[in-house]
Amino acid sequence: MFNAIVQVLDSTIRLSVPLLLACLAGLYSERAGIFDIGLEGKMLVGAFAGASAAAVFHSALIGLGTAVLISVAFALVHGFASITHRGNQIVSGVAINFIAAGSTIILGQAWFQQGGRTPALQPGERFEAITWPGADAVRDVPVIGPIYGELISGHSILVYFAFAMVPFTWWVLFRTRFGLRMRAVGENPAAVDTAGISVAWLRYRALICTGILTGVAGAYLSMVQNGGFVKDMTAGKGYIALAALIFAKWKPVNAMFACLLFGFLDAAAIRLQGSPLPIIGKVPVQFMQALPYVLTVILLAGFIGKAIPPRAGGVPYVKER
Amino acid sequence: MAQAAIELIGINKSFGAVRANRDINLEVARGTIHGIVGENGAGKSTLMSILYGFYQADSGEIRVGGKPVSINTSNDAIALGIGMVHQHFMLVDNFTVLENVILGAENDVLLKSSIAKARSELDRLEREYGLEVDPDAIIEELPVGLQQRVEILKALYRGAEILILDEPTGVLTPAEADHLFRILKQLKDQGKTIVLITHKLREIMAITDTVSVMRQGTMVATRVTKETTVGELAELMVGRRVLLRVEKGQSEAGAVKLSVKNLTVKDSRGVTMVDNVSFDVRGGEIVGIAGVAGNGQSELLEAISGIRHAVSGEVMLEGKPIDLTGKADPGELRDRGLAHVPEDRHHVGLVLAFEENENSILGYHDDERYLKGPFLDVDAIMADAKDKIEKYDIRPGNPRLKTANFSGGNQQKIVLAREMEQDPGVLIVGQPTRGVDVGAIEFIHKRLIAMRDQGKAVLVVSVELDEIRSLSDRILVMFAGRVVGERGPDATEGELGLLMAGVEHQEAAE
Ligand SMILES: Nc1ncnc2c1ncn2[C@@H]1O[C@H](COP(=O)(O)OP(=O)(O)O)[C@@H](O)[C@H]1O
Ligand SMILES: [Mg+2]
Repeated sequence: MFNAIVQVLDSTIRLSVPLLLACLAGLYSERAGIFDIGLEGKMLVGAFAGASAAAVFHSALIGLGTAVLISVAFALVHGFASITHRGNQIVSGVAINFIAAGSTIILGQAWFQQGGRTPALQPGERFEAITWPGADAVRDVPVIGPIYGELISGHSILVYFAFAMVPFTWWVLFRTRFGLRMRAVGENPAAVDTAGISVAWLRYRALICTGILTGVAGAYLSMVQNGGFVKDMTAGKGYIALAALIFAKWKPVNAMFACLLFGFLDAAAIRLQGSPLPIIGKVPVQFMQALPYVLTVILLAGFIGKAIPPRAGGVPYVKER
Repeated sequence: MAQAAIELIGINKSFGAVRANRDINLEVARGTIHGIVGENGAGKSTLMSILYGFYQADSGEIRVGGKPVSINTSNDAIALGIGMVHQHFMLVDNFTVLENVILGAENDVLLKSSIAKARSELDRLEREYGLEVDPDAIIEELPVGLQQRVEILKALYRGAEILILDEPTGVLTPAEADHLFRILKQLKDQGKTIVLITHKLREIMAITDTVSVMRQGTMVATRVTKETTVGELAELMVGRRVLLRVEKGQSEAGAVKLSVKNLTVKDSRGVTMVDNVSFDVRGGEIVGIAGVAGNGQSELLEAISGIRHAVSGEVMLEGKPIDLTGKADPGELRDRGLAHVPEDRHHVGLVLAFEENENSILGYHDDERYLKGPFLDVDAIMADAKDKIEKYDIRPGNPRLKTANFSGGNQQKIVLAREMEQDPGVLIVGQPTRGVDVGAIEFIHKRLIAMRDQGKAVLVVSVELDEIRSLSDRILVMFAGRVVGERGPDATEGELGLLMAGVEHQEAAE
């Protein structure tokens, strides 16, 4: 029983990592006042670019770098449409999702002829699990063994990176000049403008942060969780990340807990698949998959209080009518 | 005179089709307080925002301290020692005072040292000028007077030598305003230059050294304050215009149809906009409310038409009270014979994206004349629209045309036709001819007088003094939320101008 719980928690961590990275990515752009429904698409192109580059150049690091680069490029496209040209941020985000879904399939087929997949990654082309010192030695110690050996040790570098990003993002937001300005521009861009700071450049920088994180999230999907890219492999994680962001009220630490919760629901769904529960009986998979959304709606509706988005969110900054 | 701190030369600025500033020249001497007056929309804020780098002029030159400069962003202005307190505060509402002060003026990448520095610097400014405010308070929890203080602190923290204040007293109580003026004088004594925008002439006389008057985007005059009078400034500000007198006979006032008693209205910030106002409008008369824009007329109209919540008082329509909670059902008021032509036809009076015929029944679309069962009776609506187009000479005469494509005058006629053709007992009209071309003005005036002659009660609010004088049987003047005087239609422009500037008593005593 204890081991089963540790196993579920272990997969909770693994499953929540892409959510967490995407959620923090969304946090940067939304805190700066740019709604980004295109997290999904950016993750997808990141996953595709990462797996492709890793397979071609036989290097996980080159794969990661490419994933980040391409994802940032897509973030900049969103910025160009919504900051420079003051377009509708939802439309631009949706467009990015469509372009990502279509182009990854077409390019994947054209380059690798494996039905939209990229070649299976070999060792060295993907990020391997890191075993912490002493993890193997304590493995058989009751309680501590599984917790240290399974939960803490034995993940890829990207997992640790994702969780390290939580305090880092908090620190950036609340302890640095960039964070102060970014929070300000999401609330009242005119205040930032009259304080002598460029609204556009500030928002572009926030979107670059978003692009970097969605790129890493994509790389995690195709180069850690899976040994290669599979079409539509993000499977709605970008949207769940957005739900988590609202749930977390745009705060980094809350975001981590929200993503862990959603990751846990996912892990539990996989675990319970097919095995009947006492009393309730068999739970349909679809129900568990819908739970994050249902939970968000229910909790937002009454339990966690009002989630107030950054006030200037979604509104292009227009000075002259 | 001292050296010029600021010179603006030939400044032009357009927003789309609106020419907000035309060929403006302005010189402000160092170490003085320079006032800029003008009605709403005269272009004062635009001009100062250009100086502050918020907008860029289409053409023109700016000199600071005698040197030509280019100010492309607010950063450039701040570097030149210019600070501005905007009419609408530029604060981040959920930030603390400290965070707002250091925003954009941080020492380095991390906030820690900036916060420490700002804390001690605020402490110094606080002691020096009596600008007390809790540095850790959240902006949205502060009253407006203190929020303004934060704006001033922001400018001083950045080392402003030239301080622009855009209508700073609009949100202040008289005591707060006095305090502000003391601070401004102190700043002036230290050699700082101050530009004060206001439309309150009394403040100009009290505190400025020189004053410039703007009207409709142009700079009409600059005077030394000691050598001018409120009367002259009021006249320059409002401007003499082509007299448009429509023929009209004697009014035959009948029974009271609309009665306003002790009405008090506050705006969302809690500032009293309408202060204990009472008056009656009888059938068969036009009552005009004159006043410089922003003295409570808009709020008065909105309260009477049931759109805005009134704090206290009573409004009786044909002897029965109107719901003043701001949640009155407009449909019910229409049924009771109150028609309302709002001041802002673009946002309140019309749906610009709708076709003309749709707007011509808007609000009355539940009327059974326009219905066939649960559906709109398109034929009846079109016939009705064509009828109104003919009667009110709306051009082009195509009921299928999108309303946005009509000129301002014709849009106004669409609204007037809709409201007047319902045969209301009481008609209230805000700014009947704002943005309306000369031909249409005359037509609209004739229609309003025709309504009067049919025995309707008509209440007109307008910032155009000529319009008020030519239409009204009785003129009420509003100033600072109060009705400060009532005059007959033969009142002179000068007399009304003084009342509008709120100087009746002062002047009478001289
Ligand atoms: N950001 C803007 N976009 C479009 N039009 C504007 C803008 N700001 C001001 N205007 C227009 O320019 C004119 C002058 O406005 P403003 O400078 O605010 O006048 P004032 O401060 O004297 O009341 C008005 O007609 C106003 O509608
Ligand atoms: Mg203004």
